[in-house]
Amino acid sequence: MSENKINTADVEKSSEVVNSAESTQKSAVSTKVTDKPKKVKKPNELLKVFTNGIIKDNALLVMLLGLCPLFPSTTSINNAIGMSVAVLFVLFFSNIIISSIRKIVPSNIRVPVYIVVIATLVTIVELLMKAFTETLYEQLSVFISLIVVNCIILGRAEAFASKNSVGKSALDALGISIGFAMVLLIVAFFREVIGTGGITFVNPFTGDTLFTFLPLADFAVPVFVQSFGGFVTFGLVLGVFTTITMWNNDRKMKKEQKEKLALQQAKGGK
Amino acid sequence: MVFLTTFISSLLVNNVILSGTKGLCSYIGLSKDKKATLGMSIALIVVCVLSGLISWGLAALLTLINATYLSTIVSILVIASFVQLLEIFIKKFLPSLYKSLGIYLPLITTNCVVMGLAISIFSTYAKYIDGTLSSLDSALTILGMILAYPLGYFMVIYVFAFIQERIQNNNETPRGFKGAAIAFIATAAMCLAIYGFTGLV
Repeated sequence: MSENKINTADVEKSSEVVNSAESTQKSAVSTKVTDKPKKVKKPNELLKVFTNGIIKDNALLVMLLGLCPLFPSTTSINNAIGMSVAVLFVLFFSNIIISSIRKIVPSNIRVPVYIVVIATLVTIVELLMKAFTETLYEQLSVFISLIVVNCIILGRAEAFASKNSVGKSALDALGISIGFAMVLLIVAFFREVIGTGGITFVNPFTGDTLFTFLPLADFAVPVFVQSFGGFVTFGLVLGVFTTITMWNNDRKMKKEQKEKLALQQAKGGK
Repeated sequence: MVFLTTFISSLLVNNVILSGTKGLCSYIGLSKDKKATLGMSIALIVVCVLSGLISWGLAALLTLINATYLSTIVSILVIASFVQLLEIFIKKFLPSLYKSLGIYLPLITTNCVVMGLAISIFSTYAKYIDGTLSSLDSALTILGMILAYPLGYFMVIYVFAFIQERIQNNNETPRGFKGAAIAFIATAAMCLAIYGFTGLV
């Protein structure tokens, strides 16, 4: 089953590469004739870079990277938002910095250089959070520092930012972190509602409770706020997501097969 | 006594994977293969013990020059370069081990267990400087953590490798849940088992 999955993924990727190669060829050809088609094509490509990170290459659900901050930061929606913003900040700036220095850095020592850049950004986030959002920092404490070893950030630096332009890398960072935040918010929502019976919002800057809505407080299952709930909820979210993508792929495959059959029949008819 | 308390609490009650949720990337990625889990755990034990001692030294040094805010940068750099050195060493002298670990050795650099251990050591050392822990107590706590973190990782990942074998060969699992999703749900069941140790220390 897993082999099948990998194969289809590979096929998709390779087809994408072929598509992009074709599109670049086309654009190269079209530039000779007119400039108009190129201008139409470019935003599409950029949009793809942005949207790929949200669903197709979702860091948590598809690549299974950066799982460590997921569980402690999804105990409440508040924490999930805090962690998402921290990851967005670090990923955005690390992608921009790394892609802008990609031609200067020798490839032998690129990983240590990336680590220094990321660690610096994480330290900035850490100090800022310690200064302005103390309650949030106390709850996430170790896991803010652990963003430095988060596979997503180093992975995007290595796989994307070191090969692409600054603008594209920034868009990729935005897409990936929106995908990350989405999963975090979904998991946090279920955990908080089941674990505490409702939703509580706290102002991260002052620590005051903004509003509480706990209609199911009597039926709360506190174990959902602990790591058990994180594993269960993420497992279920991941399973449902994988099932949906599998259905989609099946539908696409059937469509392609039908088209092929139709083509063959048409040829046979001729 | 302090050593034993820290050791048992970090090994069972606050287990690094099940309760601390660190090192999950390698946990999910490797646990299908028992041999790989053993190799990774042994590598992790070596790296954790050595890098733990190194970060203890770093904590002392950074406190001395009054620059503890640099702890994240310094510790990740030192650990990364140390793991790189270890990789070169293993490649040269233990090629068979290097073959079996393959791509997973560089992953130790970005393993949360190693970095989490370093951060815990920094915070314990800070407590010693504050005066909340005596020098002997802080030393024993740090030693207990250095041993218990990788051993806790080894314990859980090795047990889970056996569970994975049963899960992944089970045909009753829904199609979409096969692989990582059902693995996470099984991990949750292990979490419940670990909660039985709450209050032990």
